[in-house]
Amino acid sequence: MASATSGATRDAFGEKLAEMGATEPRLVVIDGDLGGSTRTTGFMKKFPERHFELGIAEQNVVGVAAGLAMAGKIPVATSFACFIAGRLEVIRVAVAYNQTNVKIVGTHAGIGIGDDGPSQMALEDVAALRALPGMTVLQPADLAETRQAVEWMVKHHGGVYMRLTRQNTDQVHGDGYRWQFGKIDLLWKPAKAPAKFQATVFASGATCGNAIAAAKDLESRGFAVQVFNVHTLKPFDVEGAAKAAAASTRVVTVEDHNENGGLGSAVAEAIAERGVGVPLVRLAVRDFAESGTTEELYDKYGLSAKHIAEACLRNVD
Amino acid sequence: MPSTAEKRATHDYAALAKDFRVQIIKMLTEAGSGHPGGSLSAIDFLTVLYYGGYLKHDPKNPQAPDRDRFIMSKGHCVPALYTVLANLGFMPKEELMTLRKFGSRLQGHPDKRRLPFLEANTGSLGQGLSIAVGLALGAKLDKASWQVVCMTGDGEIQEGQIWEAAMSAPKFALDNLTWVVDFNQVQQEGKTKQQMDLEPLKAKIEAFNWNVQEIDGHDYAAIDGALKKAASVSGKPKAIILRSIKGKGVSWMELQTAWHGKSPKKDEAEKAIAEILGGK
Repeated sequence: MASATSGATRDAFGEKLAEMGATEPRLVVIDGDLGGSTRTTGFMKKFPERHFELGIAEQNVVGVAAGLAMAGKIPVATSFACFIAGRLEVIRVAVAYNQTNVKIVGTHAGIGIGDDGPSQMALEDVAALRALPGMTVLQPADLAETRQAVEWMVKHHGGVYMRLTRQNTDQVHGDGYRWQFGKIDLLWKPAKAPAKFQATVFASGATCGNAIAAAKDLESRGFAVQVFNVHTLKPFDVEGAAKAAAASTRVVTVEDHNENGGLGSAVAEAIAERGVGVPLVRLAVRDFAESGTTEELYDKYGLSAKHIAEACLRNVD
Repeated sequence: MPSTAEKRATHDYAALAKDFRVQIIKMLTEAGSGHPGGSLSAIDFLTVLYYGGYLKHDPKNPQAPDRDRFIMSKGHCVPALYTVLANLGFMPKEELMTLRKFGSRLQGHPDKRRLPFLEANTGSLGQGLSIAVGLALGAKLDKASWQVVCMTGDGEIQEGQIWEAAMSAPKFALDNLTWVVDFNQVQQEGKTKQQMDLEPLKAKIEAFNWNVQEIDGHDYAAIDGALKKAASVSGKPKAIILRSIKGKGVSWMELQTAWHGKSPKKDEAEKAIAEILGGK
């Protein structure tokens, strides 16, 4: 497929899923009345016998997916991230503890969804899912990355949670990008690498574009910053992150998720465990948010390029 | 796959279940904790299910793809299941005495990571029926003939997820699924009727478009008949409500809330076993 210039990660997920249905007969999709929004409609139209609509009943969506996995299928269960990750207890037992090959895909993650408001904004899903043994947690940043991550997810045997956006995200990867499971992904560094970077920025999902914008802005002001995309939130690339952090005077994380338990926490754990003594600023959401555009909300809640650039220079609240 | 033993006569079921009740009491006493009441209420049904040829299984090939699947959704009653499976040869009978001990394969609730012949890890009540629906859907998709049987408690079905699952099975005409409610009338903190009344349960499940039978959960002929009849129903999922007695077989445990979740002491166990063996 030709690389599109704009789109939401949920779009690439839906397209890839429908494509893989043709070659992977075990692939089945389970929905809870949100297939249009989670972009499974394409799969449903091509493979109606392998698509199961269970209505607004996410606990059952997860449990039925686990049963289908036990029957040898590769089930992909989708809903908004807040609703499906919100059924944590079912995921805990039916997926994680039963070690079932279930793929849980939560779209509409974070405050980036905009106008629907706080009840629809998953901000705790990464923290919750990271705490389940054996679960892989993925958050691709753009269309090219999502397609490759979806392919890996379907082929991988084991429970996976994939977190996707409602809104279009910046296309941060060029043609020929090769996604590598479990490795942090260098998105940007200045043409001339310094002895020590002013900052290392770790971004994930929708915030990657802003992180690059901040780095470019800082470069024009004479500060050298490197930016990494963390598409695999679990298992976390502890060595890669610690090594990157050690090459800079400070570390900044930026995520459309609560400050506790997500990317910022994972980076903090990595640099502490590896003894990398650099200050860390975690840009993340600290409260329930509100309705607005993605830009307005990222600006108010501290995830904009301006905030990221500021955090690369000094400690900010 | 070799089927289960040939059809048993009712008196065989009675003798088997009597023996199993003794083993359940012994293993729980040795464990020092656990849930006798729900195991004793479920054991008569499990005996007929496994020994009556209603659940295709093979202890020598427990992962056979065409085996029937049994999900013990009320995971705390797994001692009853362990007992039946050990007697069928899935594991050594002596292993029953390791229940709940450190290092044992017999966890307090089912853990198939340790005992791969169990179908699902349960213990968080209300989840088994959804898993059973998923399994039944998978079998339908493959046009496979294997069946799924899921046992829940009565208190368990106060969980909302049960009714999500109950809604979904008829939509897909899952006539390869049988849901068994062990309605033993007592839950952790009191009578089911007081904690959260479920009646009229038969009408409720029928209203969800299931084929429902309601029988005496300790009448072997009735269980036999209900399983036979369920096998002949097509186009709909099947439910069997067992009107049962928590703690059945030990008079002073019967319908006593206290015996939901505590194991008998040694002298109590001796008393219980004497009564079970003395009973007709």
